[in-house]
Amino acid sequence: MRLWLPVVAVTVATWMMKGSGPLALGDRQLPPTAVKVSALMAPVLLAGLITVDLGGARWTDLNWQQVVGVGVAGVARTLKAPMLLAVVFGIASTALIRLFLA
Amino acid sequence: MRQGAGPGAAIFVLALAYGAAASVAGWGLAVPLVFSALGFSGSAQFTLLTTLSSGTAVAAVTAAVLINARYVVMSVALNDSLQGGRVHRAVQAQALADASFVVAHRGDGRFDIPRLIGASVPQWLCWVTGTAVGLLAAPSAHLLNAVGADVTFPAFFLMLALDEVRKSRRAIVAALLGAAIAAALLFVTTPGNALLGATAGALIGAIHGNPERNRRGEQS
Repeated sequence: MRLWLPVVAVTVATWMMKGSGPLALGDRQLPPTAVKVSALMAPVLLAGLITVDLGGARWTDLNWQQVVGVGVAGVARTLKAPMLLAVVFGIASTALIRLFLA
Repeated sequence: MRQGAGPGAAIFVLALAYGAAASVAGWGLAVPLVFSALGFSGSAQFTLLTTLSSGTAVAAVTAAVLINARYVVMSVALNDSLQGGRVHRAVQAQALADASFVVAHRGDGRFDIPRLIGASVPQWLCWVTGTAVGLLAAPSAHLLNAVGADVTFPAFFLMLALDEVRKSRRAIVAALLGAAIAAALLFVTTPGNALLGATAGALIGAIHGNPERNRRGEQS
């Protein structure tokens, strides 16, 4: 019970938050300005997720080897590498750095 | 479904780490598996796992819920593209996941809902399967770190971000603004709040510039 209650609470809260837009707005359309804002939500959210994932709470998780790996993946993708291959390049770069440093 | 395969691979690795961490924390098999299957939210699940061991249940639940507060913003953005009544729309919105939200974005504030659901299904399968494998195999955190598994998640998000910012100059500015806000907020608040604060970067979309110049900028 000590674990189940928090798990159920977070699960139900997540369902409610995912459904909050339709539940609150129904079939009412967003005003044009809000549509323009929502059109930029995806890139903003991604940039925030990358930053938060790399930095962690109060930037204590920042790890240069991880940053290099993510950077290599980004460069590979910019040079037209397929998405999966670019990520593999990034992972391999970080793994190799850590192997040499071990 | 193919659109969800790439993020699904990243999510599998993350789920593996989650399953392994839950196993080490003594959560057993059923709780993490049910949580992955029904909650389907990596950030909230990791938050609950780490905060429950060091604080009260109320504080842990609050932290996990706050980290998911971005879904409120995403759900509002998604609403115009959903079909049917209020409840039917809310059920469709359950397919919301970070990568699916991006994959389904058509670039004009509208979302392709079949694409959203199609991208979420493989991610959900990978998340649940990865959790199960992580629980059973319980790879050590040291091993996952040595093979660079921590690169998977941010690297995949970077891939999606690069595709997004190619759509317009405004998207580049908004993404940089979002990253800067999140970076600054990380110094003073939790990652969940920093992420929520980053969404303010999208407010740049409300600034009305010269329509002709904007159009030219967005075509370049």
